[in-house]
Amino acid sequence: MTSGNKQPMVQFKGIFKRFGNVVAVEKMDFDIEAGSLVTLLGPSGCGKTTLLRMVAGLEEPTEGDIFIKGARINDTPIHKRNLGMIFQNYALFPHKTIFDNVAFGLKYRSVSKEQIREKVTRALEMVRLPGVENRMPSQLSGGQQQRIAMARAIVIEPDVLLMDEPLSALDENLREEMRREVDNLQQMLGVTTIFVTHDQREALSMSDKILVMKDGSKQQEGHPETVYNEPANHFVADFLGHSNFIQGEVIGIDSDHITVKIETGDVLVAKNRGGFSTGDRVEMIVRAQRFDAFRKDGFTPQEGMNSFQGRIKDRSYMGGEVSYFIELGTEREIHVISLMRTRIYNIGEEVSVQVSPHHCHLIPLE
Amino acid sequence: MKSGNWKPWALLAPSLSAVFFLLVIPVCFIVVYSFWLRAPSGADIPAFQFGNYAKFFEDFFYPKILIRTIRISFETVIVCVIMGYIPAYYFYRSQSRYKKAFLLLIMLPFWVSFIIRTMSWINIMGDTGLINHFLLKIGLIQSPISMLYNEFTVLMGLIMYLLPFMVLNIYVSLEGIDKSLLEAARCMGCTEWQAFREVTLPLSLPGVSAGCLLVFVLTAGTYLPPMILGGPSNDMIANLIFKRVIGTLDWPFGSAISVILLSLLFVIVWTYNRYLGINQIFKSFQGN
Ligand SMILES: Nc1ncnc2c1ncn2[C@@H]1O[C@H](COP(=O)(O)OP(=O)(O)OP(=O)(O)O)[C@@H](O)[C@H]1O
Ligand SMILES: [Mg+2]
Repeated sequence: MTSGNKQPMVQFKGIFKRFGNVVAVEKMDFDIEAGSLVTLLGPSGCGKTTLLRMVAGLEEPTEGDIFIKGARINDTPIHKRNLGMIFQNYALFPHKTIFDNVAFGLKYRSVSKEQIREKVTRALEMVRLPGVENRMPSQLSGGQQQRIAMARAIVIEPDVLLMDEPLSALDENLREEMRREVDNLQQMLGVTTIFVTHDQREALSMSDKILVMKDGSKQQEGHPETVYNEPANHFVADFLGHSNFIQGEVIGIDSDHITVKIETGDVLVAKNRGGFSTGDRVEMIVRAQRFDAFRKDGFTPQEGMNSFQGRIKDRSYMGGEVSYFIELGTEREIHVISLMRTRIYNIGEEVSVQVSPHHCHLIPLE
Repeated sequence: MKSGNWKPWALLAPSLSAVFFLLVIPVCFIVVYSFWLRAPSGADIPAFQFGNYAKFFEDFFYPKILIRTIRISFETVIVCVIMGYIPAYYFYRSQSRYKKAFLLLIMLPFWVSFIIRTMSWINIMGDTGLINHFLLKIGLIQSPISMLYNEFTVLMGLIMYLLPFMVLNIYVSLEGIDKSLLEAARCMGCTEWQAFREVTLPLSLPGVSAGCLLVFVLTAGTYLPPMILGGPSNDMIANLIFKRVIGTLDWPFGSAISVILLSLLFVIVWTYNRYLGINQIFKSFQGN
């Protein structure tokens, strides 16, 4: 604070969580800025829920400290933490009316009767469900119940909003709509939010920051664009989007570019973002969408672009786009997703493939 | 279309005929019998008259036993709820690996004959039983205290018999409560006790009331604990039936009392179903 930096809202310092022999969270250091929406992203069982529950106080860290607004909360009991939690199954009280559900947290916060009424009405308006006060939760649809769960969590004006895969029980269309609504609501209220998901689209579209986890440990943290375009390692690149991994060796470096000789003998150029020297074994990551495929006849590579020849081995049509598997040499194929700016190529057809060095991202070979 | 309809009936036929021949028919017999006359010679004479029912309500002797039955049933229910909720809640909260084994222990008494379990109290509380023997031995008393054959011991026998039903009913409805509801309550500012009051207790009430109904009905129809552990003044309605039918072979009057008991229980079950729904009881037998 004296440094002029804003105090992070939530801080994890050296968090470990073990269940018997299972390590659910490992050596977690992570800060969450006030007012931001952070997603915890990772495959099933990587410890997202556990990390979230430790913030709520529903699990205790085996080691390490958690701070909220600079104060260590490890020993603060659950009911004194002032957090809003939204559960995957909504967890509305089935025996209470919607009003009593939403008013629940206020009842334990010495708020006057009139104020409770006022706040509940406002919260229901905010989630766009005014007038359902007297209904029971079972009389609402899944999406509506989800909204009530949100109203119930935000009405207490929590320091941090915790959501554990809140949208996964909804069907595809509703999910998209609710995602936007969560996003809008979060921005409107400016409440610090931790959002757990294993859906990368959810994470990429709504977060200020993504924390990618694997087997309990942090793989990368950063802005969605950074995490997507500059994955820190093989796992992150593989988990987010469709990636091609091409192994090779650095054979030349200049100020702008790194030249890599890949397995097939082709020489590709990647943008120099630093951190490599000649002779390093590297892995080049190229998103499937970054390749452009052209007819082989009459194709001349653009200046400064990487290009190579291949043959369409397999393709699948996915509506707006086509997914191709293109055989380069022996034993090497790449995955290309094309937006169909040209015609659809046939299986067996010879094509030329081109990609800009800018879209070739290098990581050390693991 | 039509040909598919007989299948469920065919599959149900064995159980339906069992219910019909073993339950419906005997009950019909009892109802018919209750209108018959009993000759002074002891012979049963087919008739249609309400004399047996009139006899029941003639003076206060029989209704008193009916009222006592209802009172003891209520007492049993109340004690079972209090004594049953605690272990049920304990099992529900337990993280132990042996939870399932403990639950099995609750069923254990059912493996021993009800009569033997009831009789065993005599060995414990009788004049020459364990407690008196011990007290005499350490010189605390000079002659045995008589503890048996009163309403307290009858109640004890009933509770011992019925407590498992209550525990299981409550346990099943507790297990059915989504744990995230409790967590949600805690996150919103409830202490553990407040969360119990707000969430666990109200959501376990269906199991409690199902247990209550079951215990009530079973108590009202049982005759062994009063017979073995009670004195003459502790008789319940089922003892009366037993004595009339087996003791004095007065089938018509015994049947009339049975019909009265049956009607009483029917009214209770019907009222329960009307306001609370009977389905809950079946849930507890389906396990979780
Ligand atoms: N109460 C518990 N007891 C024992 N192990 C647990 C417990 N809770 C979680 N774990 C283990 O900890 C690891 C992380 O679990 P967690 O639920 O945090 O994963 P997750 O990332 O939320 O997964 P999902 O996407 O499937 O929800 C898993 O291996 C899990 O089996
Ligand atoms: Mg989870």
